[in-house]
Amino acid sequence: MKVVLHIWRQQKRATPQDPKQDGRMVRYELDHVSPDMSFLEMLDVLNERLIGKGEDPVAFDHDCREGVCGSCGVVIDGVPHGPERGTTTCQLHMRSFRDGAEIWVEPWRAKAFPVLRDLVVDRSAFDKVVQAGAFVSVNTGAPQDANAIPVPKADADRAFDAATCIGCGACVAACKNASAMLFVGAKVSHFLHLPQGRVERETRARNLVAAMDAAGFGNCTNQLECEAVCPKEIPVRVIAEMNREFVRARLVEQPASGKRVGGDG
Amino acid sequence: MKLDARIPGGPIQQKWDTRKFELKLVNPANKRKYKVLVVGSGLAGASAAASLAELGYQVECFCFQDSPRRAHSIAAQGGINAAKNYRNDGDSIWRLFYDTVKGGDFRAREANVYRLAQLSVNIIDQAVAQGVPFARDYGGLLDNRSFGGAQVSRTFYARGQTGQQLLLGAYAALSRQIGLGAVKMFPRTEMLDLVVVDGHAKGIVVRDLVTGEVRSHAGDAVVLATGGYGNVFYLSTNAKGCNVTATWRAHKRGAGFANPCYTQIHPTCIPVSGDHQSKLTLMSESLRNDGRVWVPKKAADKRPPAQIPDEERDYYLERKYPSFGNLAPRDIASRAAKQVCDEGRGIGDTGLGVYLDFRDSIARLGKDAIAARYGNLFHMYAKITAEDPYSQPMRIFPAVHYTMGGLWVDYDLQSTIPGLFVLGEANFSDHGANRLGASALMQGLADGYFVIPYTIGGYLAGQKPGAVKVDHPQFAAVSGQVAELTRRLLSIQGKRTVDDFHKALGKIMWGKCGMARNERGLQEALREIPALREQFWRDVRVLGAGEGVNQSLEKAGRVADFLEFGELMCRDALERRESCGGHFREEWQDDGEARRDDAAFCHAAVWEYRGPGQAPVRHEEPLEFENVHLAVRSYK
Repeated sequence: MKVVLHIWRQQKRATPQDPKQDGRMVRYELDHVSPDMSFLEMLDVLNERLIGKGEDPVAFDHDCREGVCGSCGVVIDGVPHGPERGTTTCQLHMRSFRDGAEIWVEPWRAKAFPVLRDLVVDRSAFDKVVQAGAFVSVNTGAPQDANAIPVPKADADRAFDAATCIGCGACVAACKNASAMLFVGAKVSHFLHLPQGRVERETRARNLVAAMDAAGFGNCTNQLECEAVCPKEIPVRVIAEMNREFVRARLVEQPASGKRVGGDG
Repeated sequence: MKLDARIPGGPIQQKWDTRKFELKLVNPANKRKYKVLVVGSGLAGASAAASLAELGYQVECFCFQDSPRRAHSIAAQGGINAAKNYRNDGDSIWRLFYDTVKGGDFRAREANVYRLAQLSVNIIDQAVAQGVPFARDYGGLLDNRSFGGAQVSRTFYARGQTGQQLLLGAYAALSRQIGLGAVKMFPRTEMLDLVVVDGHAKGIVVRDLVTGEVRSHAGDAVVLATGGYGNVFYLSTNAKGCNVTATWRAHKRGAGFANPCYTQIHPTCIPVSGDHQSKLTLMSESLRNDGRVWVPKKAADKRPPAQIPDEERDYYLERKYPSFGNLAPRDIASRAAKQVCDEGRGIGDTGLGVYLDFRDSIARLGKDAIAARYGNLFHMYAKITAEDPYSQPMRIFPAVHYTMGGLWVDYDLQSTIPGLFVLGEANFSDHGANRLGASALMQGLADGYFVIPYTIGGYLAGQKPGAVKVDHPQFAAVSGQVAELTRRLLSIQGKRTVDDFHKALGKIMWGKCGMARNERGLQEALREIPALREQFWRDVRVLGAGEGVNQSLEKAGRVADFLEFGELMCRDALERRESCGGHFREEWQDDGEARRDDAAFCHAAVWEYRGPGQAPVRHEEPLEFENVHLAVRSYK
């Protein structure tokens, strides 16, 4: 099959003053595309031809190419990860497009995810949120026997559903407010449903929300676009759980240090 | 090169305790004066970085991905072994030790494997305490399943995403330490060389993959947890970024490389669909718990699978290995698949495939039960192939998956360069010539959480903290060499792309150093690889500049190293004139079963680098089996 691609090309790294820099959409025609190729393999083929012609290849993030590392992700025809539900860009195949299709390919666009080059963005804001409290504070050592903490299967399954988040950032890219609430909610929900995680539930809720706000992510206005594009189909209930946890944390006592650690969420 | 494994004395059950007591300790107040550089953030690297920081050491951690959470451990699907015996089915530390030594075809060091089995139980406790959501049964306790090479159910799992959940646990622990300021994290940063001062590893030179800056980092010890080298084959189940660069450059600085020819070909991967293929996708070994492997009895039988009646199907694993059946170890299952395809009984358009069929278990357990166990794997299979594995059997074929070889380490995980420690897949230590399923996660985490925090102290206690700084002339010398390599790659401006060379190398490796190897093929490969390397340095085209994001340049450096490393692999395969585990030499077989030569090859082969254009020197570390009787490995 044959496709026409319009791809965002940007050489210079985005700055807060100039997020678009020299960026622009560039048109490429590509033939001999096999329907069995993944979308990224199609970009590989394009890049091989560009290099052959002496043009810079298109930069894009990718690694495992089996939908679990969360490295890849581009906006395809306006939809993060493209037209198939529950699918990362690397697991999207060209059979999902018709022969002769015109395809628009852009990077994630969000204030908290500045473009580094072409389709590559900086998602370190997600790591910062995790560093603020998406963990159980246990050191390596000798914890209790694993079976000393029974977890009802339904709770374990609920925690698991949230823990499948791959941190790709599609939720942020899909949101008109560039909100990270599905991502952050998934962290809150994962630990909320496990007894191990409940010990720090108040500080976690406060700190994650504060870190999320500090990173420049927007707020949720219930459009649910995030859930629609999430390749792991994380449900929006995690946002409701996060909000509930945050409110609950505000109602219970502030930390002993008296330091205010909450955000405005 | 001196190879002293430094195995503690005494009975095997007490060796680790003995060593922990022998090791010198670093006073808690002094720990913060020492800086440890950890390269890699997968299970081994992240768990090591977090645990060392918890102890009080200053830690710097490096990964080439944009976040430490993306290291390729994340893709491990099936599970992690632990000798908990929660199933009451006869498991024990001794049995896990025995299965692993036997599974490795008696080519691993007994003392290391025993320690691994001992630590396996702590890993599960640690992971659960971190909130890793393992599968549970209705009583709220942890569930288990079986994996290849074992007759007990000792594998803990989290649907088909066990690696992801364990890595997120280690990443969370690491993130906590980053947040506390105890670990300084350097994502999108690739190690390009090791700095050795007065014989000790004292730093690394890295390239910032965003700015292109080449930078030096000094430390009191260096920990490499940089994974395996499966991508030397181009097509493998590894992530695209996986590479040999860190370990290869360390090798060129003096670290011995052990058993590079031991590569694992995983039996259940999705077959290649065309020339555009960029990677292969694994279908977890756990599927063999409920899936049955078969091919038609007749050669070139092109009927759709549903039209082939049972009596015309050959369930060849069940036929050849009745006691282990579909759960035969990986090397054996892969070889058996190759054999039936060589006989012309392979399925699919290419004839390079066999069926993995769930028809009978769906009939027995219902579709829902199968979906609960393997839902995400079936989903992934359907995405890639556009076929529904609930209604027709999966098509699978072996693919390169894991590399048992790696930098040689002693019992303390220290390489032949003092101060350079190597963990996880990057070292050679625990799996011998074949790794059993669900053992990689176990080893990575045992090394990172429970071995290195002890053994590194034994080394650091004898070192003056901060003795070498980045202003040492050796850093300038090494940075200069790294910058010169980059300049050379960019200046060639030839005609062929990096991928083109990588694919050509992969073809040589898969054809001549893959599932089956022989003297003639290996000799050919040893002529072809240097010729290809020479062409690479004459004709590769790397566009762009050294500054800024340049993914072609990143790849070019990695492929340049694979082009050197591939030769060592073939040399090792040639010199190991026996068959064992994943290393199958056609000349040494009994009807398709590997024939070891314990008299001549019961040792680890350790290669010493002697400079460009010089033949490397092969050393041997003899392996002694005092606890497990050396025997022919049988799964019949």
